[in-house]
Amino acid sequence: MRVVIAEDLTLLRDGLTRLLKAFDFEVVDAIDNGPALLPALLRHRPDVAIIDVRLPPTQTDEGLKAAIAARTQIPGLPVLVLSQHVEPLYARELLTDQAGGVGYLLKERVSDVEQFVATVQQVAGGGTAFDPEVVAQMLARREPLAGLTAREHEVLRLIAEGRSNAAVAAQLFITEKVVSKHINNIFTKLRMPPSDDDNRRVLAVLMFLNA
Amino acid sequence: MTIRGRVRTGLSAVADGLFAIGLALLNPAVLGLWLVGLVLGPVPVLGPEFLGLATTVVRWRADLERRIGTRAGVPMRRPYTPRPDPAEVGDRQWLRWLLTDPATWRDAAWLLPGALVAIGLGLLVLTITGYGLAGVLLVPLWLFLGGIWFGYGLFWPTTNLAEAWLALPQGLVVVTVGLIVAPLLRTVNLRFARLFLAPTRGAELRLRVAHLTESRAGAIDAQAVELRRIERDLHDGAQARMVAVGMTIGLAERLVLRDPAAALKLLAEARATSTTALVELRHLVRGIHPPVLAERGLEGAVQALAMSLPVRTTVTSHLPSRLDTPVESALYFAVAETLANVIRHSNARTAWVTLRHTGGVLFAEVGDDGDGGADPRHGTGLQGIERRLDAFDGTMSVTSPPGGPTVVTMELPCVSSSPRT
Repeated sequence: MRVVIAEDLTLLRDGLTRLLKAFDFEVVDAIDNGPALLPALLRHRPDVAIIDVRLPPTQTDEGLKAAIAARTQIPGLPVLVLSQHVEPLYARELLTDQAGGVGYLLKERVSDVEQFVATVQQVAGGGTAFDPEVVAQMLARREPLAGLTAREHEVLRLIAEGRSNAAVAAQLFITEKVVSKHINNIFTKLRMPPSDDDNRRVLAVLMFLNA
Repeated sequence: MTIRGRVRTGLSAVADGLFAIGLALLNPAVLGLWLVGLVLGPVPVLGPEFLGLATTVVRWRADLERRIGTRAGVPMRRPYTPRPDPAEVGDRQWLRWLLTDPATWRDAAWLLPGALVAIGLGLLVLTITGYGLAGVLLVPLWLFLGGIWFGYGLFWPTTNLAEAWLALPQGLVVVTVGLIVAPLLRTVNLRFARLFLAPTRGAELRLRVAHLTESRAGAIDAQAVELRRIERDLHDGAQARMVAVGMTIGLAERLVLRDPAAALKLLAEARATSTTALVELRHLVRGIHPPVLAERGLEGAVQALAMSLPVRTTVTSHLPSRLDTPVESALYFAVAETLANVIRHSNARTAWVTLRHTGGVLFAEVGDDGDGGADPRHGTGLQGIERRLDAFDGTMSVTSPPGGPTVVTMELPCVSSSPRT
């Protein structure tokens, strides 16, 4: 799987490269600044890009902007954004095109190597994965979720964190069948018609972010 | 302004004229009291006490006029020098403070001429409007008194009912003139008072220096406390945890050959501790300068803040570009603190934030639909916000009637920096 990395801190950039290589990813480019990122993404068209929100020269949110710009030109380009802090605002901006293939994690999640690699693969496969901290902040705003049961809350939280149905089932000690039943209930309560199957998970997450 | 608004302003100005006459009648008594105080001043024990009392009355009267002026759009600030620290009421130093303040003498000098001007202008307003009212009411009066009437306006004397009816439009015109003139005359009266009661250039500078000294001291104190807190948080939190991580990894190194399972457990523990240290550091960074504020500026940071609140909060913002970092930061924390108050105390269901930058002043308004009754004199949170803004010459005002809604308005003078490149 071909990966582009954008991270300005040498230590982290090299660490990420080494980690991904150890899991048989091919790191096609490792960028250390904002302006070079968009051209690199458009040239390499990687299977997934791992991008730091804050990049030189402005040290603001160049990485995030480049990621969003790249996705307008290559719709659905899988992007995993890493940051020292997480903001639901940024998560919402990443999701606005509703195309999926988006992740947004705290940098420290890298230290759980296997979970991190699983998340990279999830995003590369078109899924969404949000940091538990973002998800917790979203769910703290109860309003749009008033109708959901406690169990449905839990399921939704795990979906937003990027888990598959099987993983959700394992975590909650229930069968996959029950999980999909919960998910269907959630979609019904959030008034999402079954017609546009593929991205209803993304839509559900987006709905909370927009609330 | 709408016609209704103009009428209302005119009527309130007429009422103020009447009020001003009443107050002006007090002035001679106040002046008399003060003069007696001056004469009695040298008398031991009682003299200074009495003079102090008389001066307090003079200042009360002057302050009343200043408040009226500020309400009617002729703002006057208090010109008095602050009371020297060791001065006790009634002692020599206190008396010297009262008497050497030029503002005391200017107050006294205003009392008589101020009264004359207020009475003159007030009577003028009352006469015009009164005469107008007489014209409007002439017909019923004329009929009631049975034609014994000497005339009104152009028709002098009034000889028949038709001419009496014509007094009505004339009266209306005169009333209108009265309502238009009343606010102007009120302003003239207050401008005259301002000549005496507002601070002179020197007093203005003195007040400014006093204010700056105070706000600078507040800012430095707050800064020192903040640095101390950061130091302590780092020392007790992240730093200690990193030491623990090092120790645990060292232990794991020793165990890795002899007892790999125990070493693995230790490594997992070290990783968990490093994660906790990161969480602490992140909270600390957010408290110093929220990353989203650095990345997106005031607008984005307030939007992000609004998203994270349990109360539905809408943000409207008209900011031209990034502002100076210290100003952004000060206003951000002020808004954050205000919103925290909303969550904690107001029972509000919705809140809103407006950000605006006009004429070199940055405005922020935070409102909610909660219980109201917030009082800046009692909440330490609100006082903290005031101090924070004060360091930038900013101000905060709170309107919060019981039952709500609460609106907190903050103003910071600042220039917006050039658009970001």
